[in-house]
Amino acid sequence: MEKKKTISEVIKVRDLVSHYGERQILNDINLTIKQGEVMVIMGGSGSGKTTLLRTMLGLNTPTNGDIELMNKSIIGLSTPELYKIRQQFGVSFQGGALFSSMSVRENIQLPLNEHTRLDQKTMDIMCRLKLEVVNLSGFENLMPAELSGGMLKRVALARAIIMDPKLLFFDEPSAGLDPVVSAELDELIVKLKNAMNMTIIVVTHELESAFRIADRITVLDQGSVLITGTVDEVKNCENERVQNLLNRRPRNENVDADEYLKRLTGSM
Amino acid sequence: MIKESVTRFGRKGVDFIETTGMMGVFLFNCFYHVFRPPHKIFSIIKQIHFIGARSTIVIVFTGLFTGMVLALQGYHNLKDFGSTDLLGSAVGLGLIQELGPVLTALMVIGRAGSAMCAEIGIMRHSEQIDALECMGIDPYRFLMVPKFIAAIISLPILTFIFDIAGILGGYLVGVVLMGVSEGSYFQGMYNSVDWADVQLGFVKSLIFAILIVWIATFKGYFLHILKSGGHGAEGVSRVTTDTVVLSSVMILASDYLVGTIML
Repeated sequence: MEKKKTISEVIKVRDLVSHYGERQILNDINLTIKQGEVMVIMGGSGSGKTTLLRTMLGLNTPTNGDIELMNKSIIGLSTPELYKIRQQFGVSFQGGALFSSMSVRENIQLPLNEHTRLDQKTMDIMCRLKLEVVNLSGFENLMPAELSGGMLKRVALARAIIMDPKLLFFDEPSAGLDPVVSAELDELIVKLKNAMNMTIIVVTHELESAFRIADRITVLDQGSVLITGTVDEVKNCENERVQNLLNRRPRNENVDADEYLKRLTGSM
Repeated sequence: MIKESVTRFGRKGVDFIETTGMMGVFLFNCFYHVFRPPHKIFSIIKQIHFIGARSTIVIVFTGLFTGMVLALQGYHNLKDFGSTDLLGSAVGLGLIQELGPVLTALMVIGRAGSAMCAEIGIMRHSEQIDALECMGIDPYRFLMVPKFIAAIISLPILTFIFDIAGILGGYLVGVVLMGVSEGSYFQGMYNSVDWADVQLGFVKSLIFAILIVWIATFKGYFLHILKSGGHGAEGVSRVTTDTVVLSSVMILASDYLVGTIML
């Protein structure tokens, strides 16, 4: 119990509300993420998980609420202050977001080029080391167009960890990958957490992947948190919507067909 | 009915004001970083190669044919008044004051402006701009500034090349084909074109350079927010078309404005 208290909370999300135009996407989200844990944010399509991730990254401005990254609120920060904070974390986007006009090496070295004064030789060594971590040694001179989907994601991961960040964000790491590559990527995430003591936040809708890597899981549905807990706690949760998600049941399976048709045609 | 029309009109007005404000803030951000070294020299050189060097052939041919047409039209008009000696003056002034900067800018819009907009639009769509921001890299400094500096350097040089090619084209038609004397062609030009005309052409090319990059990068950067934009390939193609149309109109409008102020 005493030991638990000493674990610092690196991300605190408080009363977060977010809108796209007039549509509410996030509804009163409260969440804390502890140092060194893998937190998986899970939910179906349109549940608001990507919006939550983008808001935590400072890419979206919330309507209400606060987000603290490493004990500093990012809401209302100036752009240079936000950029400074962002240098301490790495992000791997769903499609990789690699720069197509740059080689793998140039992509990975970009943060080093921008934020450090290291010489080219040192940067080359660091690049090779990170490529080794993601099992892509020898690929540094290829262009992104020459890589497969799984390789793109691993290069994006190498770029995300080149500055040895304290926080690592993943948006749908398994999306579009076959089960073998997806499992490899999951292994890599766990390896990173163990080897580098990183705090990792993963947004995904892949159940198997989530259960493989998560220390804790937050389940989102329609912009609200249904449950936050360990894998077992989530699996044993009695909330119907959580069970629908875990058992891949459609949301409206008990809807009366006539009623549904009337609602669609607007005759209700 | 009337209420709906007024509402729609009002909404368009608000959208216009909002977009204009966003464009102003965008330009301010770009120039704030333009005047804050250090700059990325390699990126600037790369952009000069893209905007400038790779447009040279198009500019040379456009300039050459423009000069040839000017000389042909000018010769037939001046011949009726027995003033073919003024051909050099007409070609020189027309090219240096007006056609050189305007047609160079229009060519650069078609060749580089549309490409810049599409490039940045695709970067926005594929989350590359988000990735830059998440790496703590300012997209204005990283993407826009090299393009602005490169265009500001390239456009006056391209305009100069256009003018030279046009004068040569005029020489080919006027002197070689129509038989106007070489001396009167160049002397007429020398007598009528003064330093103020060259300055006017230079100032115009600078303004056009800023306009082209401003509109192209703004449209691409805010692809996801702009009413004319949207997502995906269709959104990119729409903002690219918009860029070409809006930049061309703005070039012609500002050409008139600058001419009115400086002449």
